[in-house]
Amino acid sequence: MAAVESLPPGTPSAMRNAFGTVLSALILVLIGVLAFSIRLFSVIKYESVIHEFDPYFNYRVTQFLSKNGIYEFWNWFDDRTWYPLGRVIGGTVYPGLTLTAGTIWWVLNAINIPLSVETVCVFTAPVFSAFASWATYLLTKEVKGSGAGLAAAALLAMVPSYISRSVAGSYDNEAVAIFALIFTFYLYIKTLNTGSLFYATLNAIAYFYMVCSWGGYTFIINLIPMHVLLCIVTGRYSPRLYIAYAPLVVLGTLLAALVPVVGFNAVLTSEHFASFLVFIIIHVVALVYYIKGILTPKMFKVAVTLVVSIGLVVCLIVVAVLVALVASSPTGGWSGRSLSLLDPTYASKYIPIIASVSEHQPPTWPSYFMDINVLAFLVPAGIIACFSPLSDASSFVVLYIVMSVYFSGVMVRLMLVLAPAACIMSGIALSQAFDVFTGSIKYQLSSKSKDDAEDNTSTKNAPKDDASSGKADKGEEVAKERLSKKGKKKEREPAEKPSVKSKIVKKKALVLPLEASIVALLLLIMLGAFYVIHCVWAAAEAYSAPSIVLTSQSHDGLHVFDDFRESYAWLSHNTDVDDKVASWWDYGYQTTAMANRTVIVDNNTWNNTHIATVGTAMSSPEKAAWEIFNSLDVKYVLVVFGGVIGYPSDDINKFLWMVRIGGGEFPHIKEADYLRDGQYRIDSEATPTMLNCLMYKLCYYRFVETDGKGYDRVRRTEIGKKHFKLTHFEEVFTSHHWMVRIYKLKPQKNRIRGRVKKLKQKTSSGVSSKSVKKNPWM
Amino acid sequence: MAARNWIFAVAVFLSLSTFSSAQDLQIVNAERRIDLSSHIVKAFLTLKVENIGKDPAADMLLAFPPTQIKNLAMVQALAVMGKKKKKNYLPLDVKPSEQPDAPNDAGYFLVSFATPLGPGETVTLEVLYILTHSLEPFPVEITQSESQLVYYRDSAVVLSPYRIKQQTTFFKTPSTRVESFTSVEPANRAGKEIKYGAYEDRVPYSYAPVIVHFENNSPFAVVEELVREIEISHWGSLQITENYRLTHGGARHKGVFSRVEYQSRRSISGSSSFNALLAVLPPRVNSVYYRDDIGNISTSHLRTGFKKSELEFEPRYPLFGGWKATFIIGYRVPLEDYLFEAPDGRRYLNFTFGCPLVETIVNKLTLKVVLPEGSKDPSAVLPFAVNQDLQVKYSYLDIVGRTVVVLQKDNVVPTHNVPFQVYYTFKPIYMLAEPLMLVSAFFFVFVTSLAYVHIDLNIVKK
Repeated sequence: MAAVESLPPGTPSAMRNAFGTVLSALILVLIGVLAFSIRLFSVIKYESVIHEFDPYFNYRVTQFLSKNGIYEFWNWFDDRTWYPLGRVIGGTVYPGLTLTAGTIWWVLNAINIPLSVETVCVFTAPVFSAFASWATYLLTKEVKGSGAGLAAAALLAMVPSYISRSVAGSYDNEAVAIFALIFTFYLYIKTLNTGSLFYATLNAIAYFYMVCSWGGYTFIINLIPMHVLLCIVTGRYSPRLYIAYAPLVVLGTLLAALVPVVGFNAVLTSEHFASFLVFIIIHVVALVYYIKGILTPKMFKVAVTLVVSIGLVVCLIVVAVLVALVASSPTGGWSGRSLSLLDPTYASKYIPIIASVSEHQPPTWPSYFMDINVLAFLVPAGIIACFSPLSDASSFVVLYIVMSVYFSGVMVRLMLVLAPAACIMSGIALSQAFDVFTGSIKYQLSSKSKDDAEDNTSTKNAPKDDASSGKADKGEEVAKERLSKKGKKKEREPAEKPSVKSKIVKKKALVLPLEASIVALLLLIMLGAFYVIHCVWAAAEAYSAPSIVLTSQSHDGLHVFDDFRESYAWLSHNTDVDDKVASWWDYGYQTTAMANRTVIVDNNTWNNTHIATVGTAMSSPEKAAWEIFNSLDVKYVLVVFGGVIGYPSDDINKFLWMVRIGGGEFPHIKEADYLRDGQYRIDSEATPTMLNCLMYKLCYYRFVETDGKGYDRVRRTEIGKKHFKLTHFEEVFTSHHWMVRIYKLKPQKNRIRGRVKKLKQKTSSGVSSKSVKKNPWM
Repeated sequence: MAARNWIFAVAVFLSLSTFSSAQDLQIVNAERRIDLSSHIVKAFLTLKVENIGKDPAADMLLAFPPTQIKNLAMVQALAVMGKKKKKNYLPLDVKPSEQPDAPNDAGYFLVSFATPLGPGETVTLEVLYILTHSLEPFPVEITQSESQLVYYRDSAVVLSPYRIKQQTTFFKTPSTRVESFTSVEPANRAGKEIKYGAYEDRVPYSYAPVIVHFENNSPFAVVEELVREIEISHWGSLQITENYRLTHGGARHKGVFSRVEYQSRRSISGSSSFNALLAVLPPRVNSVYYRDDIGNISTSHLRTGFKKSELEFEPRYPLFGGWKATFIIGYRVPLEDYLFEAPDGRRYLNFTFGCPLVETIVNKLTLKVVLPEGSKDPSAVLPFAVNQDLQVKYSYLDIVGRTVVVLQKDNVVPTHNVPFQVYYTFKPIYMLAEPLMLVSAFFFVFVTSLAYVHIDLNIVKK
């Protein structure tokens, strides 16, 4: 190295730059491979299959898209779900994921690579997590140089929180949305750094893709205005900021309104108002700066007083109108999920259906450690590094992490938004720490070995530090200038130069003793190793189960519980194609996708009343339930029961939500009737209402005959009512481990005959009581 | 007896129509053994044929009633040569034949003798014919605890255009439980066997309908449709993918399916259902998978051997009468075991026709042989008649597409599992087409990016 440096500048430094570029490109490719392959545990340990609940819906939509084309897709009215209401899929679904996978499938088939839609869907998430880590590299590079970028990308490639949503088979919106999120942020920062309208346009398009993909786009459209506001308030307004923000709002809002599910919500709901408010503010500020530029300071002061007084009045009017508009809508123009973000207790108070989803609960402390692991400790260091020096870009990531920490604290699902921020911060922290430690080691070594050439060290130290911290950065810069030929150098340099200079100044102060640096370096490497081990463990053990097939390790080998698919396959092959299946909404998507049967409710919980109807039926006695189901044209009722093998997330454990949601709409279902001492019990202490409700009966019908005493392995108790008969339902299928039980509604009794019989009995009894003489024929 | 009167009526009616060849031959002795133990009915017919005419007879006719002819999966005939100890069998050519004045739509098969049968000579023939869908469940619907009873309808005497001097028919039932059988004297039952005959000297086209009502709980595994695709890769393997649509062809299941009864009282509950199947796969099979539309099915077990491999597997759920299931079995075998070069330079694939499942009927079998891209002049050679067709399939990075030889046959039984050949010509240079294509594509990408980096597209000099 020293030999290379001592050579005159020219070819060797160019070689070094080229080498740095190639090296970081290679590292990036490897990071992509890592991100992809760490997510394949589910395929290797289980199989290439779609996971869980929502991905099945997305898969079904993708199948429809690939079969019928895009225009049919927009107009798709799905009559297989929410019977008898149906659902307009094209207008109520975020189409980004399905369009992405559909396009990939279409392209692959166009070049005669006959992959099935399922395969494409399974591997979409891993592919996009590779993209996401590259986007993280780009974003962090814009903030703190390519060293930090590479570190952040490597961290993001295997952060457990993101792995949990993007293992192969987890075909959900988040899979592509996180990439879109990071990439949008990258383009925003890029525009902010360059002031290029080209990137601003790209940014709007990336934002459009994000809007297509996930409801979480509101995070972007609130975070970026906040950052703009922050910049303005801290006196960092620049034309670059204007270029970065104004086109995004205009183009982004127009594009967002194109997505059917968003439509006019892009200008009507409160989630978007912040962006418009800041849009107005930035124009005012821009105007002020412009006027300030053309006026003398004295004139300017006069103008300010004039404008401020008029402006205040105008602002007050606008605000008043806005407030009136917002106040006129019952929820203040906010959707339930957003409201529960602002007020964490909102959902549990008003919307049990949102509260009933486990991923909408606030996380616990261990889940932070589980999901972001050592990053939690590195983040503060990263924040400190971002403040020295504070640039527009680094203030953005600081704001990003602060906001995402808050949101992740409200909903465990939003841990996913925190993960990229944590990775970026930790990447910056790691990279800065490595810079300092390796720099001081180099300095100490060179100062020891080259005592004789002392005057050399000071001159050498500066370029070396520059090279070690920003060597790849510089290389990139050179390459980029050649590549894009946009001449951004001019805009870039003023922003960059002071920071580089201050870095050098700071570096000189930060020379640590040799031993301390070596020990610290080793500790950092150990920390990284611990992180890698944890991530691989999380990917392999914690987050790879597809949840439709369960396994258990027993003494005689692996045991597979494939009951869900067993019964879905049974439904799909042995019932009529138009039969309606009622089950709790959790299994709606799977039933439509795997069994291809019409369901009453599904995981898209858009109609609370409908779900409450099913909940009421499940918590009613048999006859009332039969009447509800019959009125809904239901032919089969499906319940999930874990009592035989000890599968805890079964319908009895979800029963409290059925009662609660059902009771919310139909007051004759009272939660108190099902509770004994404040608990749902199914043992001998259970209430009679509980023991007579449909859910209890369908789950425990003939259960006692399995072991003779009816011991429920989930609740760890003997059941309360053991021997009973069903009068209005008959068992038509029970899976191998009893996890899924399907009942058929018995047909209606022959009404005429029954009535005649009753009439006869009545008349005969009436007659007999009045007169002793009987008709001999009766 | 009514039945007997009817027979005579038929016989009288039928004997009015005479055949030239029918007069020349007569059957001295006929013995028929019908095996009803599974749902594939196998009939072994031993005929001793004598030429009583003046001219040598080159062939003879086998007649089948119209109810059987549509369920007839296969007819094979062997001529018995030599005496008792040194018996050997000579396969004879059997093909369906149309007779212009066939009575009551009877169907015919023409058996050609190895050497024409001279006047006064006799020959012994062993005929095997296989009937599918011939056991009719009665009652049509049964519950889980009942066992399955079926009707089998046939004639007590062999339907033949020739006079039969002496004949006997045996029905072998799977169990001793026989509800009833039509009595055509002399007829009696002993254990699992019902014997009709011996009947003496019946005129041509004698017919004596009988119904046997008995218990048959063997798995009525019927594959409604099977699509087998054999993809030849000259890189060293044969990929076989089999799409099954399976159904239980027996008495329909009625009412409740109770898992607790099925699990605890296995012997009496669901006795006609089945939940395990056996597929006989080629030896040296590898990469076997068993799945359906919604993913892998984990209940299977593979035993590989030198002569054959056996895949024991269960559908997702036990199949009761009328229940259906679909699944896919795929596997790979080494190419050198099945692909050979013919003396004339062409290549040929030598593979087994039919369905690898044991004791199943396939209603419709489509066998697709996907030849490698660039192969020409395909021709298939089979020992029996099938519908042939050619298609084109586009697979990984194909440009002109692969030729697919489609062989389609209805009503396939395990006896159809015989080798067949597909001949085609192929130049090995085509094997390199796709790798070269990939290499050139990557080369092109790199060259373009190289050019892009080095060309200055700026209008204004900086």
